[in-house]
Amino acid sequence: MKLTGARIFLECLKREGVDVLFGLPGGAVLPIYDALYDFAGLRHILVRQEAAAGHAAEGYARTTGKVGVALVTSGPAATNLVTALQDAYMDSIPIVAFTGQVPTHLIGNDAFQEADNVGITRPCTKHNFLVKDGKDLGSTIKEAFYLAATGRPGPVHVDLPKDVLVKEWPFEYPDKIHLRSYNPTYDGHPGQIKKAARAILKAKRPVLYVGGGVISSDASEEVRRLAEMTQTPVTTTLMGLGAFPSDHPLSLEMLGMHGTYYANMAVHQSDCLIAVGARFDDRVTGKVEMFAPNAEIIHIDIDPSSISKNIQVHIPIVGDCRRVLARLIKEIEAETQQGVPSLAREARKQWHDQIARWKAEFPLRYDWDDEVIKPQYVIQEISNLTRGEALIVTGVGQHQMWAAQYYRFKHPRAWCTSGGLGTMGYGLPTAMGVQAAHPDKLVVNIDGDGSFQMNSQELATVYESRLPVKTVIINNGCHGMVRQWQEIIYKERYCSIDLSSGPDFVKLAEAYGCVGIRATKPSEVVPALEKAFATPGPIVVDMVVDREENVFPMVPAGGANKDMILERPGKEAKAKAAKSQTGF
Amino acid sequence: MQNNSEPQKHTIAVLVENRFGVLSRVAGLFSARGYNIESLSVGETLDPTVSRMTLVVRGDAFVIEQVIKQLHKLIDVIKVTDLTEENHVEREMILVKVNAEPTSRAEILRIADIFRAKVVDVTPATYTLEATGDESKVTAIVELLRPFGIQELVRTGKVAIARGAKARLRRAEEKLGKVREPVPESRDAARDIGFED
Repeated sequence: MKLTGARIFLECLKREGVDVLFGLPGGAVLPIYDALYDFAGLRHILVRQEAAAGHAAEGYARTTGKVGVALVTSGPAATNLVTALQDAYMDSIPIVAFTGQVPTHLIGNDAFQEADNVGITRPCTKHNFLVKDGKDLGSTIKEAFYLAATGRPGPVHVDLPKDVLVKEWPFEYPDKIHLRSYNPTYDGHPGQIKKAARAILKAKRPVLYVGGGVISSDASEEVRRLAEMTQTPVTTTLMGLGAFPSDHPLSLEMLGMHGTYYANMAVHQSDCLIAVGARFDDRVTGKVEMFAPNAEIIHIDIDPSSISKNIQVHIPIVGDCRRVLARLIKEIEAETQQGVPSLAREARKQWHDQIARWKAEFPLRYDWDDEVIKPQYVIQEISNLTRGEALIVTGVGQHQMWAAQYYRFKHPRAWCTSGGLGTMGYGLPTAMGVQAAHPDKLVVNIDGDGSFQMNSQELATVYESRLPVKTVIINNGCHGMVRQWQEIIYKERYCSIDLSSGPDFVKLAEAYGCVGIRATKPSEVVPALEKAFATPGPIVVDMVVDREENVFPMVPAGGANKDMILERPGKEAKAKAAKSQTGF
Repeated sequence: MQNNSEPQKHTIAVLVENRFGVLSRVAGLFSARGYNIESLSVGETLDPTVSRMTLVVRGDAFVIEQVIKQLHKLIDVIKVTDLTEENHVEREMILVKVNAEPTSRAEILRIADIFRAKVVDVTPATYTLEATGDESKVTAIVELLRPFGIQELVRTGKVAIARGAKARLRRAEEKLGKVREPVPESRDAARDIGFED
């Protein structure tokens, strides 16, 4: 059977089970859009800027576990997409991005809308392909989906020259593929797992440190079982939120730069740290020499290059988090058949008492104000009203950290945030992708006024494509996180942070056909949110909040996690923080 | 990461898919992480779909561990072997164009003879020599020729292979189902324990 390249492309997507495609047409991919005109069974969502297509694919992938797909044209479209690719790469999100390319005979000619797409995306994808021969189209697409979804997931980019799409080729879609150079390890080494089991059982102050790998390998059940059977407290990274319920008695919530006091202290004092699907990012560790200095570190990760990259690990286990944890649980069961020694039981009790004291001493807190809305309060009310059942997406900045701290997470795959790359503008387009994958669920985009403006044009997409995303803008009229750093570390020399000139987000929402709601007083917060969640269609809530509120705890970059700043520092403390960061 | 080991030169053999873009993936890996490649040579193996790279990298134990892991992580990389840890032969070839005045021509030829270098081009004013050897030998001949005035020098970069009858990387190639040639028996046992040319 002979088909055009464009048709082959669509047939391949169908066979991969793709139901939604996020894209924006242009010259080089016109053959695909022409074939799409009467192709059944594939929903195309027209975004307004190409990065949004990539982020939407990420949102789709994170919340479903399936591969997200974006399709854009050549040149500027491909370069716009790069941010989303790098974002997906750093957070290990499986997406396949297709870009158009000028016809093969023009490649390298500086043709119209030409860019070296594969050259540009090479360092920000797991792998990429340029299809030069239509005979390879089917197998390349198969490989792209396979690579994106297996091993450590990640973005894969396929560049499609226009002539390959126009010409007819024999269509064959391989059922299976074998890549001789790509064999991820899924099962952990049994000897190492046994070692880890023994280390956990003899530990007096163990902590589970859980990251995004637990979400992508669907291992949260195993984490919970391991935590409960060994009575080990659990802290999650920003990417791991939802892997363990925030309200569980063993939960320490998030660790790191803006983590809780008790999570950071517990990690600091632990004698056995079990890292699962986490990569010891600098925002988590702070000063590496001072990170869990007394702990025997067990590291479970599917990517060998993550192990001993930042921190020397004592018991490395390469493998899929779920499989390794299942095996580890069995080992522990076998080891404890005669029961847990009373000594260990006593030690655990002391450890839990210590943690309870930390929790009582320095819980997450903020000062209430009757007149000005506190941003933390908005998040708490979103959490209450949705009972932790909503799918939450955030932008990047203070609001993101407050969302991470104050939202009560219940389920995995219900939280999308740009962790590694910290991409402002991530919120709305990602929420679109989440909503497209879950048309009947409540999707809340908690955004910042700065972050939201980086992709606010996508209000047109959510309106046109009937994606009822509820955006709540934590509007403090400035780039809040930058303001916070300038206040604490740069001696209150506020530079280029002011956004108070607008726009009027209610009017902006209305201009796109969406509903806009504003709240300026604490008493208006709940009614505004209730209205937003009850009204059909896309909504923007403009929450005008305290401009000067800061995210605490805070560990200045490169500092030790135990030296958290817990509340607005006085003059002396600021001078000290400034000196540690700027040297003067 | 904290590390106390001394930086050391490592020779790493890498089998890769013989496809376009592979070299730039490997080079990109080094530039993106700020690691420095001292030398790199690439060529086809017995299996035309597989190329073999020989990389020389300087780094402490931590850097080298990351280099090897990151190389493995590249989808087009089939096998990575650090030859430094085992007994191996390393060779590099240089072509050097050296000033050859009538008074010095005989001396240059004598040096060439000692190093088993070949004269591959002659002009009334220059000799072009071809020399092969490990790093110290190549460095030595360059240093001896330097006083005569070296006009131009080109080196291939290092290639390396493990000593012994076992072919570590060949077996990897064979596993891929492509290479069928028999491995010749080692007739000269002396070669196995360190024959130097």
